[in-house]
Order: sequence, then structure tokens, then C-alpha cells
Amino acid sequence: MSKGLNDSRTDFPILDQEVNGEPLVYLDNAATTQKPVSVLQTIMHYYEHDNANVHRGVHTLAERATEQFEAARDKVAAFINAPSRKTIVYTRSTTESLNWIASSFGNAMVNEGDEIVISELEHHSNVVPWQQVAKNQHATLKYIGLTADGELDMDDARKQITDKTKIVAIAHASNVMGVVNPIKELAQLAHAHNAYMVADGAQSTPHLKVDVQDLDVDFYAFSGHKMLAPTGIGILYGKPEILDEMEPTQFGGEMINEVHEQAADWKESPWKFEAGTPNISGAIALGSAIDYLNNLGMDNISAYEQELVDYTLPKLTQIDGITVYGPHDPAKHTGVLSFNLEGLHPHDVATGLDMDGIAVRAGHHCAQPLMEYLSCEATCRASFYFYNTKEEADRLLDALNEVKEFFANGTSKAERTV
Amino acid sequence: MGLAKLNELYKTVIIDNANYPRHKGQIADPTGEMQLKNPTCGDLIKVSVKVDDGKIADVGFTGSGCTISQASASLMTTVLMGKDVKTARRLILAFSKLISGGDIDDEDEELLGDAAIVGSVAEFPTRIKCAALAWHAMDEVLDKTQKS
Ligand SMILES: Cc1ncc(COP(=O)(O)O)c(C=O)c1O
Repeated sequence: MSKGLNDSRTDFPILDQEVNGEPLVYLDNAATTQKPVSVLQTIMHYYEHDNANVHRGVHTLAERATEQFEAARDKVAAFINAPSRKTIVYTRSTTESLNWIASSFGNAMVNEGDEIVISELEHHSNVVPWQQVAKNQHATLKYIGLTADGELDMDDARKQITDKTKIVAIAHASNVMGVVNPIKELAQLAHAHNAYMVADGAQSTPHLKVDVQDLDVDFYAFSGHKMLAPTGIGILYGKPEILDEMEPTQFGGEMINEVHEQAADWKESPWKFEAGTPNISGAIALGSAIDYLNNLGMDNISAYEQELVDYTLPKLTQIDGITVYGPHDPAKHTGVLSFNLEGLHPHDVATGLDMDGIAVRAGHHCAQPLMEYLSCEATCRASFYFYNTKEEADRLLDALNEVKEFFANGTSKAERTV
Repeated sequence: MGLAKLNELYKTVIIDNANYPRHKGQIADPTGEMQLKNPTCGDLIKVSVKVDDGKIADVGFTGSGCTISQASASLMTTVLMGKDVKTARRLILAFSKLISGGDIDDEDEELLGDAAIVGSVAEFPTRIKCAALAWHAMDEVLDKTQKS
């Protein structure tokens, strides 16, 4: 069996196990990825040798912890080609990043009668915070529609984004439809109307080379746990001049410059946003995850995943009675494959696959407006990362056929095929 | 292991009840109704019941969802039809024990009949919520009926 891109599979001990008596096939990478030994060792090493609070001690451990914490920030900045560490704010997750943007910058920028433009394929974390801003400010929340193929409809984008638009917030890559959205073009469109561009990078940053300066986005948000790092660490990138103006949403230790009895002022960005003791080991582990990804090369990762999609998608669409969402042209499709089998509920399909050791997600993928738009309640979703293989894709395809057979012919037939 | 284990969950009775649900549809003159949704998967079940003189005179359900949630709702309506409210609530409690892997007494198991077969869901922890949905809704309806 092949071992993934550059034999990377061997760096992920969790993948080497049986689930329900079958070798595990982990295809739920859009939900969260597995962690390589190097990242796990970084966390161990930090707690075994360097653990201390950051920015508050004169002792040696505190200095080491602070140094590593800030060095990881530099790695993140370089990874997305941000101009400096000052533009990189540590958060808990994409969700927290988007909430901070919406509740601070959003509420400050958006006034009565203004518009916020999102799209039909957004994750709830890029929908609900904007609903709140729209409600608070008596603004309108508008949606860019999709083409028949499931891509963002750019003609509609040009209609929806107007001079009343203050913020455009769009996923860089979809967690359901398997498409990459033209963020650069959207940013140009937004800026032409004096609106700000927010991109949700949760599904793009782990899989493709991101250059926030080339995209010219005003904000970019992503999560460590979808790119080999632990849960609980996320990133909010903002253009320097915007972060300087933006007010923090949380207050307390770490983030202050001077505190008097009745008033306080803040440190400069990004530290003014980071109130309290941060997720130090998570940040350092994210730096280690970025080292790992850089070592493989983001372009190699994209190309390898594209190969998996080129191999899998045509076979998947050929299964009798299957609906595959998003474009059927593999060149336009990421490693996120959402589908339904006719007459079968995705939960039943996912349980069947689980019995075969295959982990996929079934549900609405935190995208209920999209499910409504597609007129389905839920889908199954298989999502690749660079450690997956064509053999695993075959396991998925075979198991789907077996599951279909099981539900079509009832229990007796499946018993015979054991 | 593979798909053979699926037989333990998707028994003939369950597939049959999912494909040909009993008492599916809106009943006339309900005395109580309740809609519940499983937010993680979007399964939605609405149960309605007509209680007459302390007895369940009619019961039905509508909604959509996976095989387990549909079959479980169908089997529930068959069990509860004609029962007095007190017995019905006892059986709902017994059912929820059963699907969480607990033991119930023989009399309740007998009264549950085919519905007791759903108990095998206990071995599929991710699916227990699907089995429980209709029964939870019904328990809330009957709780309100008893209190009013
Ligand atoms: C497109 C997209 N945006 C946002 C999120 C939210 O990420 P998190 O739960 O890490 O905050 C996800 C994760 O599922 C996602 O796929």
C-alpha cells in the first residue's frame, strides 16, 4: 500500500489501527486532521522543558516560552505571506476569529441601511456572527447564489455587492461543495465599492498556498486543528492599519499597556487582542505543524490531493443513484467530496461505512442555509488529506457499493457476502 | 467484521418499519403535539396524540430522517396505541433504558414487543439519538397531558 505523499503516513501513528475489525480509513479531514509525531513531540518538549507564562517573567523559562510563542507567530506570518508578526492574532479557532471581526470591526463599520454580503455556501461560523451584526445595526444580510455546478455565481456577486455594502465575507474553500472561491476577484469587487473583504480560510489554508497580500483581503481566519495542529488555536490575520484601528473584544491581563483605577489603554496589535494567558503550547505546536507542511511543500500537497480527486471523483459520480455535490470536473474540485445515495439517509450510509472502518461525516456540516439551498437535509462527506491514498479511495468506493447492496437487498444478501 | 455487523442494527423489522411506516400522517383532533429535531443531522419528527379518558385513542407521526429514527417512530406508535398514559410513559422510560444498554423487566420488554428490537442500537452509540427522537417527543407530550 502506498504511504501518502512522501510516505508521510508513517508520521501519523493514529492511522495505523483497526476500527470495527478493518484498517482505519480516515476521510473526515475537513472536520479535523490527524497530528504527526513531530507536532506531538513539540508539545511534549515544551511541557517537559520550557513551560512558563509568556510576556510576564524575567526568568529563563518565561523568556524561552515567550520566544517560542512569538517565533511561531512569525512562522504563521510567513506561511500566509503576511507583512509582519503584528498582523497575526492568536485566537481559539476560525469561529473565534470571525466572531471578533464581526463583533468589533463589524459593529463599528456597519450602520443602519448598510449591507453585509456573504454566500449560500458559508459555514455557520461565517453566517451567524454576521446575522448578529445585521440585527444590531439594522443592516441587511445578503447572499451570493451558486451556479448550477455549485460554484459561486460571480455574476450574482457583481449584483449583490453594491455601494451600500460594507463587508463581504466568503469562504476561501467550501467545506461542502469542494470548490475554491475567487477571493482575489471578490476582494477587488468589494474594494471597488469601498467595502472590506473577509475570507474564511478554514478549508483552504491546510490545502493550498495562501498569500494574503496577493489576495488583498482585509481579514483572513483559519484554525490550527484542520492543519495538523491541536484544537484550541486559531489565527486572525488583519491588515496592519485595520488592526490598529480595531478595538479588542476581550479585556484583562496581557493586553494592557497601562491600567489606572478608572481607565486603561492597550498594547499595540496583535497583543491588544490577546487578553489573558493564551494557548501557548497550541501556538508553538501550530508553528511545528507549519514546519511539517513547509517541509512537504504546499504546492506538492495541492498537487497530490488533486491526483486523489482526479482518481476518485469520476468513479464516485459513476455509482448508480449517487448525487455528488459541486462541480463534476475534477480540476474544479478539492478533496472535499459530498454526496448522497438515492433513497438512503446519510446517517445510515455513514454507519455502514464505519462498520467497514471508514470514517466520513454525515450531517448538515454546519451549513444549514446551504442544505436548504440544495433542498437536502444532509449529505455524506469524505474529505482527503495528503496522507490518504488511492487504495483508501478504492476502499471507500467499494464500501459504498456494498452499503447500497445491503440496503437494497436486505440483510440476507449481506450475510451471504461475508 | 465489515458490513455483517450492520445486520445487528438493521434487522428486518427495522427496515420494514422504515420502508412501510405505521401510523405515519397527521391524526384528527389531536390533544397534544410535539416536534423535535436532532440538530446534528437535521432529522425531524413530529408526534401527535389523542388522549381520551386517560387512554391513547390515536397516535401518529410525521417528519423525515434516517432508517433508525423513522423505524423507531413507527414501532413506537404501534406499541403505544391503546395504552393508558401511565403505562405509555413507563414503556417510554423502559425503551430509553434499553437503547442505552440497560436492563428492563420482562413484562415491559414483552409490552414493547418489536420495538424492543431497536435496543440493539445500544451497540451503535452514534445512533442512539436517532432511535430516541420520537420517544422523547412523545414523553414530553404525555407529560403535558398528565399535568393539564
Ligand atoms: C469553511 C469553514 N469555516 C469555519 C469553520 C469553523 O472552524 P472551527 O470549528 O475550527 O472554528 C469550519 C470548520 O468546520 C469550516 O469548514
